[in-house]
Amino acid sequence: MTRFIAWTVFLFGCLFFVLPLLGLTEFSLSMRREGYTFDAYRVVLADPQFRATFLYSVMAAVMTIIMGVLIVVPTAYWVRLKMPWLRPVVEFITLLPLVIPAIVIVFGYIRLYNTSSVLPLMGSTAGTTVLLICGFTVLALPYMYRAVDTGMRTIDIKTLTEAAQSLGAGWFTILFRIILPNVLVAVLSGSFLTFAIVIGEFVFPALLNLPAFGPYMQIVGANKAYEPMALAVIAFTITWACMGLIQLVTRFQKHTQVKR
Amino acid sequence: MRWLGVVPFFLFVSLFLLFPTLYIVVGAFRTPEGSFTLANIASLNTPGIINAYLLSIRVSFFSAILGCLIGFGMAAAITFGGLPRVLRTPLMTFSGVASNFAGVPLAFAFIATLGPVGLVTVWLRTEFGINLRSWGFNLLSTQGLIATYLFFQIPLMILIITPALEGLKREWKEAASILGANAFQYWTMVALPILFPSLLGTLALLFANAFGAVATAIALTGSTLNLAPILLFAQIRGDVLGNPHLGYALAFGMIVITGIANAIYIILRTRSERWIK
Amino acid sequence: MAFLELAGLKKSFGDLQVVNDFSLNVDQGEFISFLGPSGCGKTTVLRMVAGFEEPSAGSIKVGGTEVTGLKPNERDMGMVFQAYALFPNMTVAQNIGFGLKVRGTPKADIKPRVVEMLKIIQLEQLGDRYPYQLSGGQQQRVALARALAPSPKLLLLDEPLSALDAKVRVSLRDEIRSIQKRLGITTIFVTHDQEEALSISDRIVVMHGGVAQQVATPFEIYNRPSTKFVANFVGTLNVLEGTVVDSALGKVRVNNDEISLKQSLNGAKNGDAVSLALRPEAMALGDYKGHDSELHGKIADVSFLGSVIRVRVNLGKETIALDTFNNSRTPPPNVGDNAKVTFTSNDLLVLQ
Repeated sequence: MTRFIAWTVFLFGCLFFVLPLLGLTEFSLSMRREGYTFDAYRVVLADPQFRATFLYSVMAAVMTIIMGVLIVVPTAYWVRLKMPWLRPVVEFITLLPLVIPAIVIVFGYIRLYNTSSVLPLMGSTAGTTVLLICGFTVLALPYMYRAVDTGMRTIDIKTLTEAAQSLGAGWFTILFRIILPNVLVAVLSGSFLTFAIVIGEFVFPALLNLPAFGPYMQIVGANKAYEPMALAVIAFTITWACMGLIQLVTRFQKHTQVKR
Repeated sequence: MRWLGVVPFFLFVSLFLLFPTLYIVVGAFRTPEGSFTLANIASLNTPGIINAYLLSIRVSFFSAILGCLIGFGMAAAITFGGLPRVLRTPLMTFSGVASNFAGVPLAFAFIATLGPVGLVTVWLRTEFGINLRSWGFNLLSTQGLIATYLFFQIPLMILIITPALEGLKREWKEAASILGANAFQYWTMVALPILFPSLLGTLALLFANAFGAVATAIALTGSTLNLAPILLFAQIRGDVLGNPHLGYALAFGMIVITGIANAIYIILRTRSERWIK
Repeated sequence: MAFLELAGLKKSFGDLQVVNDFSLNVDQGEFISFLGPSGCGKTTVLRMVAGFEEPSAGSIKVGGTEVTGLKPNERDMGMVFQAYALFPNMTVAQNIGFGLKVRGTPKADIKPRVVEMLKIIQLEQLGDRYPYQLSGGQQQRVALARALAPSPKLLLLDEPLSALDAKVRVSLRDEIRSIQKRLGITTIFVTHDQEEALSISDRIVVMHGGVAQQVATPFEIYNRPSTKFVANFVGTLNVLEGTVVDSALGKVRVNNDEISLKQSLNGAKNGDAVSLALRPEAMALGDYKGHDSELHGKIADVSFLGSVIRVRVNLGKETIALDTFNNSRTPPPNVGDNAKVTFTSNDLLVLQ
């Protein structure tokens, strides 16, 4: 009896997850009346706007990951090693982007960094792009920090550091040749998650007026029928691929980790 | 000297997280000339804005409640429903993906499925003669938005609650049953009270999660639904309220609501962790 | 008629036979320990009695009534678990009152009973605390009170002391026994610790490989183990390898010494090897009143254990351990000294 109810609940839940994906895929293939074709994809991929915005978002995502790693890894390391009492504060701050809606943060940017402010980042497209990358980094902060911090918990960074110091390594060497390789899997997991979140992000670029993939999808969605579905399938595939890569690297870690 | 190591971090979060937010919060209490005022907050009290908040709260609340219930059901099904263990990993992986699959593409997926010419809509109409619209369902409405939000709310619930369900010790159930409790008494007196902080906390988190979502709503309904974040979006784009400081107040209100929801989550989570040490 | 009757209990998980034809009668008010290494089936038997496992065969009767098919909540038993298993969402008092509450006992009757139980476990002041605010020993006492509060027919204790540290373990052990005696409740206690079982029980069931090896009082288990497993598992044992010289007269050669046994050699013939076992405390260094046999060797090692001195004597092939009481007037022997070990041949156990 219990098992019957469990199966029913589970299968209904799965149906709810599967149907939209099925509907999306079916729709994206139905551009021609005569049957399923990849025409919608062909049209989308041929659109120079798509290429431009997609490349722009990929570039922004990669820059976000680099920036996130450069900020999070040294901070998490330093806080764990030298200022453990500061950890709750840092952790709290990194969780704030989950509390404060993204739209509020970008609102603040627009008011704080507009052309008439002290730091007129929004004066040029390049400056606005920097602002976008910073905003994306803020969005990724909770995920990145948690991944890296957990990764550092599993290795004994104190002993590693002391061992490296006793061999005469400097801080730069310690951080990038000792610590980073040891938390690489955590960093990669955080990076892929960041990529998945940032690639189709809408609010930041839409309000900063930047030609990114998220706003492009929305505009296409408002004007076309089949093309947006193809775009959504592409976006979903990217999300899946990122999650798959996370699984892959964590599994790889399990194999290479020294047994204790 | 030691402080030098954390300077980049604090500089970054100050510039791109704390100051921008503070600027909004402070702006909510300032006149355009710079003096303190409560007028901005007070002027939120117009039917349009109140309705936007109420609608946002309603959508967030119902998507959170339904997400909690369905997510709990599925998590319970795989933890004690006697389903094969092999289902667990794929479900958790899928939940990890789906809980991050918000935004514009999600809206498209639901339009393709439950929209006027969506897969399920057409199928129900042609095969069974059921017209969803005449049954009162419209994807481009609150219910449609709630259904769409469930696509990331349920997985988020599953991700958070499954570990909590697995944290229920077998001995608690055995102790309860040898003391004379039946299954119903075990659930109402032991298991659910133990899970209660986690459940309520997750509800708060799901609420905040839905409340801040803008992209899905805009892509799904354009700006036909008068939600608080959509109103703020329009305000930022074109100052539709005619007063920039009213925008600050609007944003401040959103921070307050998601802040309260998250505070509830954190407090309850600490409480449940203290129990299940 | 016995109060608890276990007859022909069997349990297998897949191909693995965990309990094999286990039978036992327990009298009202008796304290029985199941003793054995992990995997011997002792916990499985207990869980079958509790109703958490269904026996593959056999029956369980309590007070003459068959309970084999009943659910745990219909059996009216109390159980204490190794990991305390207190309900974390309830106070100490609520935990203790839980069994009464689910039985529908009126609130007015639950309260005095909880107070009474708190008094018995000497935690009167802690009724309003939550489990996470208590030490391990306190939590386990609450678990005991919770199990006893509804006055169950049977008390089941599943390694209740294993998670505690050594000092608490001994004091709680004594407390459990004194409470059990006061309430006169029939109790089954599962443990892998022989000292615990010996000190607390009316009778011990030594289990190995899913069967009861011996069921007897602690005194008998220790002094007259019926199988080699029991002899080895309970207490320290010296095993001497000897050769039968004259089976008719019971003469056995151990190294260079000859011993005469009155007990049966289990049909060993002249020239056969036999294993003889002897407890460390059955031997003395030098002549001792009543000791009729002796072995010769050299002192290999002396350990001072306080009231007892453990001396190890090398007999040539094997080394044996023996205990002598500490006596401030006679200093312990020196390593390398010649030693004469004496004992009563009656104390020898012929194994196999």
